[in-house]
Amino acid sequence: MSTDQTDVFALEAREALEAARREGRELAETERVVAMVEARTPQEALARTRANEANANSAAPGSREPMMINLGPQHPSTHGVLRLVTELDGEVVRDIHPVIGYLHTGIEKQCENKTFWQAITLVTRMDYLSPFFNIHAYTQSVEKLLDLEVPTRAQWLRVMISELNRITSHLVWLGTSGLELGAITVFFYAYRERDRALDLFEMISGERMNNRYFQVGGCADDMPPGFEKLLRQFVTEMPSRIDEYEGMLSANPIWLERTRGVGILPADQLIDLGITGPALRAAGVDLDLRKARPYSGYEHFDFTVPVGTNGDAYDRYLIRLREMRESVRIIEQCLDGMPEGPHIADDRKVVLPPRGELATSMEALIHHFKLVTEGFQVPEGEAYSAVECPRGELGCYVVADGGPKPVRVHMRDPSFVNLQALRPMAKNAYLADLIAMIGSMDNVMGGVDR
Amino acid sequence: MSVQDQIKGFGITFRTMLQKPLTLGYPEVKTPVFPRFRGRHQLWRYDNGLEKCVGCSLCVAACPADCIRVVAEENTQEHRVSAGERYARIYEINMSRCIFCGYCEVACPFDAITLEHSYELSERERDLMVYTKDMLLTPAPKQPPLRTEGQRV
Ligand code: SF4
Ligand code: SF4
Repeated sequence: MSTDQTDVFALEAREALEAARREGRELAETERVVAMVEARTPQEALARTRANEANANSAAPGSREPMMINLGPQHPSTHGVLRLVTELDGEVVRDIHPVIGYLHTGIEKQCENKTFWQAITLVTRMDYLSPFFNIHAYTQSVEKLLDLEVPTRAQWLRVMISELNRITSHLVWLGTSGLELGAITVFFYAYRERDRALDLFEMISGERMNNRYFQVGGCADDMPPGFEKLLRQFVTEMPSRIDEYEGMLSANPIWLERTRGVGILPADQLIDLGITGPALRAAGVDLDLRKARPYSGYEHFDFTVPVGTNGDAYDRYLIRLREMRESVRIIEQCLDGMPEGPHIADDRKVVLPPRGELATSMEALIHHFKLVTEGFQVPEGEAYSAVECPRGELGCYVVADGGPKPVRVHMRDPSFVNLQALRPMAKNAYLADLIAMIGSMDNVMGGVDR
Repeated sequence: MSVQDQIKGFGITFRTMLQKPLTLGYPEVKTPVFPRFRGRHQLWRYDNGLEKCVGCSLCVAACPADCIRVVAEENTQEHRVSAGERYARIYEINMSRCIFCGYCEVACPFDAITLEHSYELSERERDLMVYTKDMLLTPAPKQPPLRTEGQRV
């Protein structure tokens, strides 16, 4: 063992000792062991386990090698197909090595072979819980390249649907996180409301998931008759439903026990890792793109950004619930002040002509043929634009070369970046807490792998 | 946990038992869909029996999943199939590739193809998922109920 390694071990051991002294207790055996073992790759760990097989049965503290456990990819509690190679010492996680890529779809690459218009149907499928945010980021980037103005009504429609999408995404998170920690009831309650929101998606966009509703220049269609009434019913009922979830969990002793003080990282470290969204705001950093860099008319809405104090899993839970309430407020403002006007820009070079004109206007028909067969040309350049998705900053970087197909589409997906926080968080935590941490970060594997 | 808490808890349980269930007894009861719902495709004819599709392949160009195949042929005096100059001799949609984006419907300038509401499309064999022109010209045998404006489930 080299000297610097010993130093590291000594440092960790000292930290554990200090922690034990602060809490006024003896150093547990597992803590002593954990304090002495540094992070290693699975291969190294395996080699060392083989080399140390001789004293595998020894009970002496510190002589045990970590047990390598595969958590996932097919595991009901890893929030999707996430595989974690976990080094376990009894119940304590010494280290984790996330293995991703099980949901790789190659969507970013496929976009290069599709026209800008067709790529919309692909990008919705990346982060499958927030389809509207994916297209929003993508269309914004393309609109930036085209220098295309989106009509106010389209912007407001986008805000309204995005906020509804935020609610459904948080509801899935709430339901599945509850399920992972043993609270089955909340799953049914959350999915009850989610299904009604999906009905609204179906009503306006024709699909319940992977909706291709936003188009370059606006939205594919206006609100259908009766939509406003249904949405209003939904938002009037939603606050009382959120009260129900809070009644089930906020003071639930098991929920408190499992989430309080779990998965805390200092705010500086979160910022260094690039974490955004509720996970960052729970640690007290007030960063929300809707406020920091308003897009799509968010500056016209009155809402607050909930910020936490402790940065633990419980805070993240509270923040998501409060965000749902804020989303409800934004939707109400959208419904009250929805401006009149077209739902999509009137630029014949980019936007398909209205259906009714095809039968009457030869010019419209020619534009239609050209747009469908060739697609629209996007001037050479590159653009990045980001939206605040339920998990954080979802950015889309598009490079165009003047042709009808993008040269590169890249997504900065918050799930992928937020996953980086899991390893420092999980070190020296209990295995049961690791599940709570994965849940509280709300990573969607479709977004991680793309 | 005190006795009061338990009584409160059971109170919720019993109150919930009196509520109307939110679920549907699928497959006996079919889930209704909204008018914009996009399901199985259908090709249309004019009232005089001629097909609306003229085999222009615009839908093929629009389809992001590359699942439509159209082979066009000239109409002749004796053999007139569509109203236009040409008609689609082969029109196939591979339903196992289709993502129901509705771009074909948007692309078609003659309203020849639309996405209807039928959503029960599973088959036992992959080959059966390739819908031919004849299949697409006949409406789906089972149509799900349509939700009226603003109706709640
Ligand atoms: S709905 Fe979309 S994927 Fe399906 S055939 Fe039409 S264009 Fe292709
Ligand atoms: S369905 Fe419409 S777009 Fe497709 S080939 Fe026929 S006429 Fe052309």
